[in-house]
Amino acid sequence: MDETTTRRLDGNACAGLLRELFAHDLTAASGSCASCGAVAQIGGQPLYDYPDGPGAVLRCGSCESVLLVVVRGAGRYRMAATGLRWLEVEVGE
Amino acid sequence: MARAAVQRRLTWRLAEVAAVIAETPRVRSLVLAVPDWPGHLAGQHVDVRLTAEDGYQAQRSYSISSAPDDEGRLTLTVERLEDGEVSPYLTDELRAGDELELRGPIGGYFVWQASGTDPILLVGGGSGVCPLMAMLRHRAARSSTVPARLLYSARDLGDVIYRPELDRLAAAGDGAEVTLTLTRARPPGWTGYGRRVDAEMLAEVAWPPERRPLTFVCGPTPFVELVAGSLVALGHDPGRIKTERFGPTGG
Repeated sequence: MDETTTRRLDGNACAGLLRELFAHDLTAASGSCASCGAVAQIGGQPLYDYPDGPGAVLRCGSCESVLLVVVRGAGRYRMAATGLRWLEVEVGE
Repeated sequence: MARAAVQRRLTWRLAEVAAVIAETPRVRSLVLAVPDWPGHLAGQHVDVRLTAEDGYQAQRSYSISSAPDDEGRLTLTVERLEDGEVSPYLTDELRAGDELELRGPIGGYFVWQASGTDPILLVGGGSGVCPLMAMLRHRAARSSTVPARLLYSARDLGDVIYRPELDRLAAAGDGAEVTLTLTRARPPGWTGYGRRVDAEMLAEVAWPPERRPLTFVCGPTPFVELVAGSLVALGHDPGRIKTERFGPTGG
């Protein structure tokens, strides 16, 4: 196995990483792509994961634009979400 | 209920291996006793973390294959990947009484709840059947009669995980159907499918789009993308197809 190979997974695979940062599960949340406007749940979108790398890149399943980048290392997280126009988290009543 | 479990802070906890079940030559189910397990939904996964003596850590995600209805017990079904870093330890080394570090349940997207009334179509490739099994077990535990169809692609009959249980579920006559396709080798007299899942097979096995099934597809990335793409081409609503891909590497 080549550990540097990119794994093409989906948003489900970063559910744990995102739960380290947020109180709610974000994979069930719906987001709108800032590039094409497509609305979809985060868990089903293509995720590029680098097994020995510092983080993950989530892309839009419709237009492949980057939605979200999460990097962890050196005692901090950095998250870029410029590819998301909005994110809606259902929390119940 | 379940929502509360999802919102709880995600912490690492120690599980104790209660039993190891040999499912196929390459697949083991780990039955775990997890103190204070908050409960899970069918389809969720856990992260497992192994720590070496020198402090090196490796982490992988595994689907939960047991129904949420088994109180305090959790089953993970793990396929050994020959050059994997984690799975050979889990399948070959771990024994009853050993401890394992995990966190979860994780993920609120690829989940099915027995309160649903729409027919469910489950399509699994290889060990992608594991979270789908949690759904079928949950359905049976709750005596749900929601029509359910599983299409399961395996290399040969010996690679079919949960085979006796799948036979029982399909024979129960409560609306669950199981269709196998064997892609590499078929036993003599096999009358079922003997090829990779394709659009024609999906058209035969899936509910027609008018029935508006809720579909869950899990397997290797190319498998999931072919199945999901074919279902959309057949007229199924992409918004009702949930996918979980796992990569060819990582083990």
